[in-house]
Amino acid sequence: MTAPLLVGGGAGFSGDRIDAPIPVVAELARAGRPAVIIFETLAERTLALAQRARSENPGHGYEPQLEAILGPILADCLAHRIRIVGNFGAANPAGAAAAIQRLAAAAGLPAPRIAVVEGDDLLAVATRAEIAGWTADADFGDGTTIVAANAYLGAREIAEALAAGADIVVTGRVADPALVLGPVMAHFGWGWDDWDRLAFGTAAGHLLECGAQVTGGYFADPGMKEVPGLDEVGFPIAEISGDGTLVVTKPAGTGGLVSTATVTEQLLYEIHDPARYLTPDVVLDVTDMEVAAVGPDRVRVAGARGRPRPETLKATVCVSGGFLGEAEISYAGPHAAERARLAARVVRDRLRTRGFPGRMRFDLIGVASVFADDAGTFQSAMAAGGEDVRMRLAVNHADRDQVERAAREVLSLYCCGPAGGGGVRQAVTPVFHTGSAYIPRERVRGTWRFA
Amino acid sequence: MRPNASLPLHRIAHARAGDKGDRLNVSVTAYDRRHYPLLLEQVTAERVAALFGHRRPGQVTRYELPKLGALNFVIDGVLEGGVNRSLGLDGHGKTLSFRVLSLEVTLPDDAR
Repeated sequence: MTAPLLVGGGAGFSGDRIDAPIPVVAELARAGRPAVIIFETLAERTLALAQRARSENPGHGYEPQLEAILGPILADCLAHRIRIVGNFGAANPAGAAAAIQRLAAAAGLPAPRIAVVEGDDLLAVATRAEIAGWTADADFGDGTTIVAANAYLGAREIAEALAAGADIVVTGRVADPALVLGPVMAHFGWGWDDWDRLAFGTAAGHLLECGAQVTGGYFADPGMKEVPGLDEVGFPIAEISGDGTLVVTKPAGTGGLVSTATVTEQLLYEIHDPARYLTPDVVLDVTDMEVAAVGPDRVRVAGARGRPRPETLKATVCVSGGFLGEAEISYAGPHAAERARLAARVVRDRLRTRGFPGRMRFDLIGVASVFADDAGTFQSAMAAGGEDVRMRLAVNHADRDQVERAAREVLSLYCCGPAGGGGVRQAVTPVFHTGSAYIPRERVRGTWRFA
Repeated sequence: MRPNASLPLHRIAHARAGDKGDRLNVSVTAYDRRHYPLLLEQVTAERVAALFGHRRPGQVTRYELPKLGALNFVIDGVLEGGVNRSLGLDGHGKTLSFRVLSLEVTLPDDAR
């Protein structure tokens, strides 16, 4: 039987801890066995921003933190033949590959063999009108406002590139589990209709794709769930065996925790019907899966079942959604909540009188905010209280000027609002609406090549 | 005779929220496998839906995973458009796992 494959998780999202991959790479290097480290840095919004960046400058459009992420680990990965697979190519995998070559050259390293995976960009193969036709979302109209449209490619191109000798594989939009399934398929040489094994590799990817979420991150609850060393939480390493079992662990000497509880939470994360988790390569069924502790910070996982892949490929389509304006002001001490409510009323009345054309929402942070609804139903039901309350306005409209003017109504509360208002902050950010589309497979061709 | 204890679900289970578009999923896992039947009986889709009534969700579906001692709730239309449309601070709904954990459950004397 083929030796196990070690796969480390290096990032779970764009903005994850830059230093986290270092202990993972050190551990993989120590192990001296076939190993890969993966990076997931591509949220829906990130790709829309990247597409915009590329349209302004053809050399841009890949993960802006790419050099910072790979810089500390590139030499060790190349020296120990730890392959790197990441979707940090975003809207410009070729640009990312070029940046990595420059990074290697500047560090005096031999030029790595870098493969790029392309074909996810639907704007390159279909018209905006066609793409709008593939969505069920009325928001996209005739498609003229589409900023980005990317299909989720599967693991095949990644697997082929690795089998052909790539040191580094750079992708755009792929299904997150494909970042692990690709290396697994390349290592074990399984068939693309071996559904249970595809499901197993996909489950491994699902556990690793969010970084520390499986090793004690997004988990600690003091008094109920203790996690040591959260400041230095170790990112995950999976030991993936050919018999359909894997062990989730983390580098020795790092903080965090790997338990049946952390693994169960990550296994079910973003899952809907647990018998039917759709990916480009397989439909995963987790209902038969079992997790068991087999040592300190070592959890064995098995039981993934698979069914044939879907007939269509899912894609994410982004359109411009105007601007989000946010502005906040704080009140504290006696009657803080009453003064904050008065401030909200003042701003609401001014926006209504002036016919503000957009959507608006008021929160009282410290009384009711993240559980509340736009209409204010939840907040009304809360008793006024709290001696440190932050009133927050949020507005949305297509016209940036309208949004900025609305935000300034909070700023004017310094002189025109209730007593003791302080600490105003404002922000205006561009909004992208995203929706799903289902594309006939024959319209999408994933490809890979050495860059 | 001691009365049954009423306490928040938070005391006997942990939860994690995830989002896709305007749809939230919250897994609920018993700390102690022996409490799984209690979760089945008392942590129903209807009761979870009621916790989010102010958000006027669509369908709320409960999936059961006995091998993991867990339930998975899928709540449609509860994120006020989702992270890319919501005016709220937490468009992903990541804090909402603890709204589910606020549900009151009753422990019979011998289940504690």
